[in-house]
Amino acid sequence: MTVQLLKGNVAIAEAAVRAGLEAYFGYPITPQTELLEHLSARMVELGRVFVQAESEVAAINMVYGAACTGVRTMTSSSSPGVSLMQEGLSYIAASEVPCVVVDMMRGGPGLGNIQPSQADYFQVTRSAGHGDYHPIVLAPASVQEAIDLTFLAFDLADQYRHVVLLVGDGLIGQMMEPAEMPEMRPIRPRPDWAITGAKGRSKHVITSINLTAEENEAANRRIQARLAVIRAREQRSVEHYIEGAKVLVIGFGTSGRVAQSAVKMAREAGIPVGLFRPVTLWPFPEDRLRALVDDGVEAIVVVEMNAGQMLEDVRLVVGREMPIALHSRLGGAVPLPEDILEDIVAVAQKLGLAGPETVR
Amino acid sequence: MTLHEDLVRTVVYQHPQALEAISTHYCPGCTHGIAHRLIAEVIDELGIQEQTILVAPVGCAVFAYDYLAVDGVEAAHGRAPAMATGIKRSLPDRIVFTYQGDGDLAAIGTAEIIHAAARGEHITTIFINNAIYGMTGGQMAPTSLPDQRTTSSPFGRNPAIAGNPIRMTELIAAIEGSAYVVRRSLHNVREIRKAKKAIKTAFRVQQAGLGFAMVELLSACPTNWGLSAPDALKWVEEHMVPYYPLGDYKVLDAVKALEDRE
Amino acid sequence: MQEEVIFAGFGGQGVLFAGQLLAYTAMDEGKHVTWIPSYGPEMRGGTANCTVVVSDEPIGSPLVSRPSIAVVFNNPSMIKYRDQVKPGGLLVVNISIVEATTRREDITILNIPATETANALGETRLTNMILMGAMLAARPVVSVETLRQTIIERLPKRRQDLLALNLEAITKGVELAQAQLVARA
Repeated sequence: MTVQLLKGNVAIAEAAVRAGLEAYFGYPITPQTELLEHLSARMVELGRVFVQAESEVAAINMVYGAACTGVRTMTSSSSPGVSLMQEGLSYIAASEVPCVVVDMMRGGPGLGNIQPSQADYFQVTRSAGHGDYHPIVLAPASVQEAIDLTFLAFDLADQYRHVVLLVGDGLIGQMMEPAEMPEMRPIRPRPDWAITGAKGRSKHVITSINLTAEENEAANRRIQARLAVIRAREQRSVEHYIEGAKVLVIGFGTSGRVAQSAVKMAREAGIPVGLFRPVTLWPFPEDRLRALVDDGVEAIVVVEMNAGQMLEDVRLVVGREMPIALHSRLGGAVPLPEDILEDIVAVAQKLGLAGPETVR
Repeated sequence: MTLHEDLVRTVVYQHPQALEAISTHYCPGCTHGIAHRLIAEVIDELGIQEQTILVAPVGCAVFAYDYLAVDGVEAAHGRAPAMATGIKRSLPDRIVFTYQGDGDLAAIGTAEIIHAAARGEHITTIFINNAIYGMTGGQMAPTSLPDQRTTSSPFGRNPAIAGNPIRMTELIAAIEGSAYVVRRSLHNVREIRKAKKAIKTAFRVQQAGLGFAMVELLSACPTNWGLSAPDALKWVEEHMVPYYPLGDYKVLDAVKALEDRE
Repeated sequence: MQEEVIFAGFGGQGVLFAGQLLAYTAMDEGKHVTWIPSYGPEMRGGTANCTVVVSDEPIGSPLVSRPSIAVVFNNPSMIKYRDQVKPGGLLVVNISIVEATTRREDITILNIPATETANALGETRLTNMILMGAMLAARPVVSVETLRQTIIERLPKRRQDLLALNLEAITKGVELAQAQLVARA
């Protein structure tokens, strides 16, 4: 492997190819279009499936069909497009077939804009579509991490036969950074549950319908049992400057990355602050966060490019008593390290961890 | 099923292998059963049971995969052509078909069917047009006729308010990418025989890789029409056929050559 | 060491490419680097800019409110970025087409006749290389020698005919900047 300068969207697309993506279906939308464009060439070169669908609705249902045949399949979009995919995602989750969906989030609601945003947090972590489930949600903060998590996304999708969302934003998608691209993996064999034509075996049916309450409750219990396993095993997070941290800054993806600069500045000013960056948004890395809080954290600064959606998950973990400040940018605005630093200093001052003249 | 050797020579009817030997949930007089049977016979005759994949719709035929003895999936409402696209592209040597009603294909799934046709997807679509929403209990469908009374057009469909019925076969036939697009009916034996022939051609079009194929089948829904089974068939003939003329709307030369070889 | 550079100008002036070239060079020097463009409808409107952060340490925010260096290719970019450069920073101005001025005395300002010089070399598209050479003469974010190597190694085959001209343009940029820096010293 050699280090290359890679653009986030292209890196994810190529990583998907190398992770064994066999069928891609998508619809152009900024800021993820380079992903689709890259695959429109690569998939065809490799004799794999690429279809530009007539809508995100069609794209996700094409993914659904391909997933039923047992191939590694994915689509990619951005917030308004992911809204249109909610129906299909729900069917896929209920049918227990694996797929990967990339959401390069943009400013909403409505048409909003194409600037970086994290306002899809609820849409992706709570339940993508109707019904009662959580998809697995991965949030990279760099091009390298986007590549690594793309590989992981396909593996987790297979392992749990579940929907895995990889969420970034225009900043992750449009940014170029040095990164290493793993070698091409061989296409994995089709799983035995796939729909391939009932040759030499009894017929397979993949459906999301369970007409009676009893049947559907049983199906739901099965999904919930699997989610419980995922929740226990797959929490992931990254920490920086965590040693002795009394103030904990929490942010995912771009917010976490920007916050890292602020935390570094604050540490240089002598404030005992650390960064906790969730990598899995669902399952939220609650176990590790709880351990950190028990280890002496006195206050939390949540940094998000939304109105505080992840903050609700943080609150569930840390309880009512813990002071939490929210540094929130909305509608496509990206936080700046200096502004986050101000909030860190203010919180530290309240706790008596920083003097009135700290950092100017 | 084993029969005595002497009897085998005189068999005039046999349950198709591709049709499960169970009773359906369809209402008395419903023509879904006939359509299923024709498809099963065609699958048997073409010897494609082990390579065929059904994409079932949302609507009365939601359980079609229970009745046909082939691998099956169940699509979201209207999305069967998109799902079939994903399947066919991933398994190009299998036979993939959608079975869709009028609400599924001509209302909520209009975009999906048109674009599947425009891409010339190598899939087969069986389109059941009974001019009503059956599963939800008799509401107006995109293909309900002018003045037709339904539970959501209680004074009869008024095109000025509720719009006009859509002739999907004519629409799809106009699309580059469709290879075989015909309308048949299930209201009498003669038409049923013709329907079967068309279904067979539509599957053979897919086998030959000639493009998108669709057979529209005018069908009866006695329950939601409030008619007896015989009257419902008569209603198809007297009201639906005049609005939805039977015939071949698109038959590529390559498809004609297929038919000639038959 | 961390430098935050904004390149800004019209689409077609090689603004994004200049940023990418800096990013490739920084990577070749083993430094941490991020490159991020403006994107979307703004791009179609004819203005283009990109931000390059080069650092000895892993980079947190790839976006900056106050760059340490701004390279402005046209007048609107000058107006937009002249006040944003950090005190002690560098403003490289394509004086051939920029009319706006600044009275700032807390930054280094280089007025480089880049478009004219590029035209004199026979190729307007060399404007970006001249500005890049000037920038590096005043502020060695990366070494000019590595930049040359990077160009030699990464210039697409179909553009090889422009190799010598590109290298010459960089030299011109360096010379124009040094003349101004020496005159001021």
